[in-house]
Amino acid sequence: MPQDPREPQLPPARGPVSAAVQEYLLGAGPLPPPETVARADVYGDDLQLALYLCYELHYRGFAGVSGDHEWDPDLLRTRAALEHRFLSALRTDTPVHDSVEDALAGLLVEPVDGTGVSHHLSEEGELWQVREYAAQRSLYHLKEADPHAWVLPRLWGRAKAGMAAVEFDEFGGGRPDRVHALLFANLMTDLGLDTTYGHYLDAACAEMLATVNLMSLLGLHRSLRGALVGHFAAVEITSSPGSRRLAEAMRRTGAGTAAEHFYDEHVEADAVHEQVVRHEVIGGLLAEEPHLAADVAFGIDVTGQVEDRLADRLLRDWADGRSSLRTPLPSEKHHIS
Amino acid sequence: MPNSPSDADRPCRVRIQHRGPLLVEGPVEVELEDGSTVVSDRFRVALCTCRRSRRYPWCDTSHRERTRP
Repeated sequence: MPQDPREPQLPPARGPVSAAVQEYLLGAGPLPPPETVARADVYGDDLQLALYLCYELHYRGFAGVSGDHEWDPDLLRTRAALEHRFLSALRTDTPVHDSVEDALAGLLVEPVDGTGVSHHLSEEGELWQVREYAAQRSLYHLKEADPHAWVLPRLWGRAKAGMAAVEFDEFGGGRPDRVHALLFANLMTDLGLDTTYGHYLDAACAEMLATVNLMSLLGLHRSLRGALVGHFAAVEITSSPGSRRLAEAMRRTGAGTAAEHFYDEHVEADAVHEQVVRHEVIGGLLAEEPHLAADVAFGIDVTGQVEDRLADRLLRDWADGRSSLRTPLPSEKHHIS
Repeated sequence: MPNSPSDADRPCRVRIQHRGPLLVEGPVEVELEDGSTVVSDRFRVALCTCRRSRRYPWCDTSHRERTRP
């Protein structure tokens, strides 16, 4: 089998479920038995990595893993069991607003004394924390907006036009040098990080894997299109003020001009995207399919749920002076300015 | 390539909101009070109306409520 140099390396397993999935992908062993899947901590490293491996076959795959595994029925059955556990836990653990309006209203408030990762990084974050944050987020930002593209064939009219327009912007508006994933790679270069796709998969914590797994879950299932749209709205609505704080963090820590530019660009871009997603995408979808309102609200609220779990993990580790990564980064670059 | 020959004659659509930016179909060139101009080539441009934006004339969501109404 010819090796595609763009395919990332399979990361080491984090427990019996991810170990079995990994061995199966390499043709070296059977898939995990149902009881092993049933026993794994649903938000833990092992289950989240196993699910991540299954999903990644739909993006870039892995070196040494046949592309045919993407549609392997036995693997899809295992993926479905993992998804069932993940989605069931999310539905149980997420308090969902009664209406889309109520779910959105909470996001459209910016308290002066807000808390969270972007507040911490802008006010007192240290360069090593900024670098860790970028390494964690690289799992998503190096495929920024890819999981959401899957919803396009499931939308019509106003919702489709709005979603496609925002995605077009995310993908650079026809200019390769403006693709947001590339802007993020430039940020990583400023921070002395490795920009290779998948490089930090092994280092990323389970809470980070869960945020990306949520996007893949919602993107890959047509039945969850309402939730995907709600999720995307939550990301876009919270991005602009969060990006302003992260741009401040980049400036304050002297991260570099490309690092500042990535977040500055998102302040403006997402102020627009938020409007388009709320009015056109959510508005258009619910005009066509009003029965999806509860799913849209779930998508909004579940995004807050997984993001809060990630924020708690990062802030707890950093407060204790501990790395949030499973493998700490090599020492900081010496920034010359 | 335009969808129809009349595309270029179609009026530019602007959306106004009670609270929030003015949404204008891009690209847009804005002349500021000091006579300078700034350009945005986004497909849609959000123009600040609350004057709180730190990236004026572009919206940066500074119009948002600080507390829940």
